[in-house]
Amino acid sequence: MVDLTINTEVATQILTGFIKSEVTRVGYSRAVINLSGGLDSALSLALAVEALGSENVFALRLPYRTSSADSLEHAQLLIDKYDIPSETMDISDMVDPLINRDPDISKVRRGNILARMRMIAMYDKSEVFKGLPIGTSNKTEILLGYSTLWGDMASAINPIGDLYKTQVRQLSRALGIPAPIIDKPPSADLWAGQTDEEELGFTYEQVDQLLYLLVDHRYSPQECIEEGFDEKFVNAVITRVRRNQFKRMMPPIAKLSNRTIGYDFLYLRDWGT
Amino acid sequence: MKLNLALAQIATKLGDVESNLEKHLHYIEEAKKQKADLLVFPELSLTGYVLQDLVASVAHKPTEDDAVFTHLLKASHDLDLVVGFVDEDSRHRFYIASAYLSGGKVLHVHHKVYLPTYGLFDEGRFFAWGDSIRSFDTRFGRVGMLICEDFWHASPPYLLWLDGADIMLFSSASPGRGLNDREKLESARWVERVSKAYASMFTSFVAHCNRVGFEDGLLFWGGATVNDPNGELLVQGPYFEEALTFAELDLNQLRRTRARLPLLRDERTALVQKELNRILSRG
Repeated sequence: MVDLTINTEVATQILTGFIKSEVTRVGYSRAVINLSGGLDSALSLALAVEALGSENVFALRLPYRTSSADSLEHAQLLIDKYDIPSETMDISDMVDPLINRDPDISKVRRGNILARMRMIAMYDKSEVFKGLPIGTSNKTEILLGYSTLWGDMASAINPIGDLYKTQVRQLSRALGIPAPIIDKPPSADLWAGQTDEEELGFTYEQVDQLLYLLVDHRYSPQECIEEGFDEKFVNAVITRVRRNQFKRMMPPIAKLSNRTIGYDFLYLRDWGT
Repeated sequence: MKLNLALAQIATKLGDVESNLEKHLHYIEEAKKQKADLLVFPELSLTGYVLQDLVASVAHKPTEDDAVFTHLLKASHDLDLVVGFVDEDSRHRFYIASAYLSGGKVLHVHHKVYLPTYGLFDEGRFFAWGDSIRSFDTRFGRVGMLICEDFWHASPPYLLWLDGADIMLFSSASPGRGLNDREKLESARWVERVSKAYASMFTSFVAHCNRVGFEDGLLFWGGATVNDPNGELLVQGPYFEEALTFAELDLNQLRRTRARLPLLRDERTALVQKELNRILSRG
């Protein structure tokens, strides 16, 4: 059994310090966050509130007409718990004109449109509230590419992107996220009845253990199989990680000059701050 | 003889030397008020760490006519200083460097000899490799300075020891990494373990000053330490936050420890040399 347990106090100290530092050093003091009602955004919210104070974190609830009632209620639980400013906007009227243009539109296309509409709403609120958009993607979904490019992956800073889903659960428990949010099956809620684990074809607990060996501990695929992981599962996950590398990068620029952004024009984001 | 040592684990602004200099002068003032004899700043304390293409624009020369060093050299009349900076040599090679300043003079400059260029580190891409490890005399005795990866290798502290250093001053910009269920990050545990080991094996004082603050997603963990010639921890600064940590070093402890435990006396350097020659000549 691979142990992904983390020291939650140290994690909290580092992640709240990160939010505070990266928000304030660019001249901001506030943050905005899309609250889906799921666990990842709940944890990002809890960390942001601890880092910046409840009055400085704005939560958006952005339901679509097929969104589950649970999602909306769970998001409200958090808004009440942390006593933060919030707004609820039904995005159905914003996205349906696009969705309805094609009667044969697939579930995936619809899901992507919802995710990208929510991104637009968050960045618009960012300007109004003068708050930086906080990311809610965990390490498991970033590695698997289980997310929408320029949609739910978009943010100014991401405090939870180096935590596997299993670790997100552990830290969420430590920070007192309400149990119904921790215990429900993870879902992007992009269509009725969707769950992550059914769509992925494996559980987070299984895949986190494998990714932890492959990525964090640099095990070879063969060593993972020797540790007891099914060969097909190992190969499927590795393929998935590789094929989704494009989602983890800025678009490559074709080099022409002697100095090209992305290759030899190298500065941290925190340049000068 | 007592040495009042202060370690300033500061956060820096990336590429903003002027602002970092101001912070140095503030901490120098504070250390002076508290009667420090020697104040040590972390690796690249005047510039920040992940410099990449900023390297050339933040380089300075540790001379009196340099706009930054003129202030620091002036301040070194009141207390000795170790500062971290990018040193540019006359042929425009850039080094990660530490300068020891005392009485308005530069007593020694160390160029980092091991540039980590693996994992999250990319120093070898942007900096020239230092090529000497030397101890030097100060008003507190003989001292040696190393920078971060230098003391991840066993030979630099060993060479300083043989070259007469009784006080080793380590500076770092060490990004925190390796979170698991333990109370301390793996990177902190590693550095604390070897600092203590060097103090014990070399029966010397070993001080370590690591910076704090974030650069993008990297958090530098701080946690300055001083270990005495018995390998006992004298002080430890906090993790993750700026602090000025003081330690009173009783330099007579060197004599007492080495009378009990004559590791330096018994070190067989000729044997080391003979075996090294044999090992290296194998080709």
